[in-house]
Amino acid sequence: MAAIEISGLTKDYLVGFWRKRRFRALDDLSLRVEPGEVFGFLGPNGAGKTTTLKILTGLIFPTRGTATLLGHPAGQPEAFLHAGFLPENPYFYDYLTPQELLDYFARFFPFTPEERRRRRDEVLEQVGLAEVRDRPLRKFSKGMLQRVGIAQAILHSPEVVLLDEPMSGLDPVGRHQVRELILQLKADGKTVFFSTHVLSDAEALCDRIAVLNRGRLVGVGQISELLRRQAGYDAVIEFSSPDALSPLRPLAAKPLVISGGQCQVQIPEQELTRLLALCQRDGLRLVSLNPLRLSLEDYFVEVLRETEPERSPAAATQ
Amino acid sequence: MNSSQTLAIVLNTFREAVRDRVLYNLIAFALILIASALLFGEISIGIQKTILINLGLSSISIFGLLIAIFLGIGLVYKEMDKRSLYAVLSKPIRRSQFVVGKFLGLNFTILVNTALMSIGLWAALFYLTRGFEPRDIHIWEAIYFILLQLSLVTALCLFFSCFSTPVLSAVFTFVAYVIGNLASDIRAFGELTQNNLLQTLTTGLYYLLPNFSNFNVSAWVAHGNAVGREVILLNTAYALCYDAILVAASMSIFARKDLK
Repeated sequence: MAAIEISGLTKDYLVGFWRKRRFRALDDLSLRVEPGEVFGFLGPNGAGKTTTLKILTGLIFPTRGTATLLGHPAGQPEAFLHAGFLPENPYFYDYLTPQELLDYFARFFPFTPEERRRRRDEVLEQVGLAEVRDRPLRKFSKGMLQRVGIAQAILHSPEVVLLDEPMSGLDPVGRHQVRELILQLKADGKTVFFSTHVLSDAEALCDRIAVLNRGRLVGVGQISELLRRQAGYDAVIEFSSPDALSPLRPLAAKPLVISGGQCQVQIPEQELTRLLALCQRDGLRLVSLNPLRLSLEDYFVEVLRETEPERSPAAATQ
Repeated sequence: MNSSQTLAIVLNTFREAVRDRVLYNLIAFALILIASALLFGEISIGIQKTILINLGLSSISIFGLLIAIFLGIGLVYKEMDKRSLYAVLSKPIRRSQFVVGKFLGLNFTILVNTALMSIGLWAALFYLTRGFEPRDIHIWEAIYFILLQLSLVTALCLFFSCFSTPVLSAVFTFVAYVIGNLASDIRAFGELTQNNLLQTLTTGLYYLLPNFSNFNVSAWVAHGNAVGREVILLNTAYALCYDAILVAASMSIFARKDLK
């Protein structure tokens, strides 16, 4: 049984005041997350990440398609016996202390009073809030609230943890702690599904990622596999005359960069043999050949550019 | 529906209310008003007690109404607006439990507040008369009716809070309260006009909106009269049925709502 299974999920919103029109926030998304995986959900602002998480948690209803959490239809209370959720920029009752809040949430689970106290104290310790357990939440910083949010998400030792932007608002130490926490959850065999903008976090933590853009899934898989798919070579070639470059152009993945009798060309992996064959001919001499090392950021920008050419890389990485 | 989960929501709603300073200000105002009724009594020769009971019960009713509206309009909307609901609904509870818990929590808050204000009235009465008469017990019948009335106001607030902003909910509830208090008069007015359309409209309003005037027995008990057992039973049944309909409607709206 998959930890999370999403099939053909579509969500339309009606926008506008007088003349309502349909806005598709999520378009036919299908995804499967296996138990024990750390799965990163990436995409620019407005890509549909939070919409997906809200459907999974039953906060909104899909227009079409289905989503299940550990085999339970999304939004069914039974699913939350084994799943926890951290909302984006969480807000909690600010008249409560972390201890009271966790105690309140713990009452929704079949804990004995003793278990309830023990779990509450354990997670407060785990997220580093044990010292401030009696301070009202209204006096908490954004980062501290984020930790409270994580504490309530893992309060009942769930099998699946859904985190919406878990690093948001955290200082470097806080981010490090959350990373450690995710790795700990993974070590405990839990499934972690988290959305993020921070690609370095995804690169460091995820077994697999999915990239979403404008509600559509544009890439999914293991990071190494995805980067390999985009991999290729960067070659510098000396040429005798500009005409000699003509056979090179169809091979190039990007426009040629020409300067001072040399040309830099990037080619996909499968074009290497043809490039080497071309360099045997007159007029072209291979000066250097290096494998392209793509980062996740390069991949991210690349797939967004492919699916949405008008979007600038700067905007895509915001 | 797991009752211990619903109870947790009830108690948290109560805790939220008791940690709100505005609540204490309202209760303090009510108690001051009840105390001032003693002064009014001084200048009303022979009817001090009637004045005190009348003013006291009116204070409890008005401040109870203010507390019910003030807390009720934000019951669900505030949770949606501030998104505190996200963490609650991602626990193994049903949306209907949340609505019922909120409704019962606010009613519990109102019950405690009304009890405090009623003790104030009872103390003022004791101060004035230095003892109680058997007929004074009827004051509690009026207080019970105020509680029924306030539970209807809470149910209205909850209902409106499921789909409109706090300001609009307050306006809708207040308008429903005013019309509900004048329901019988409006119906009688409609019948006097001989206009079919107006008659249908006023009769519709009479049956649609809660008839708050049924619960207004303050003047009656202030004169030492008892409220009949049948009236108590009928009013209780009416309030419970009306509450049930409004809470069910709120649950139905909230169950389908996208929490964007």
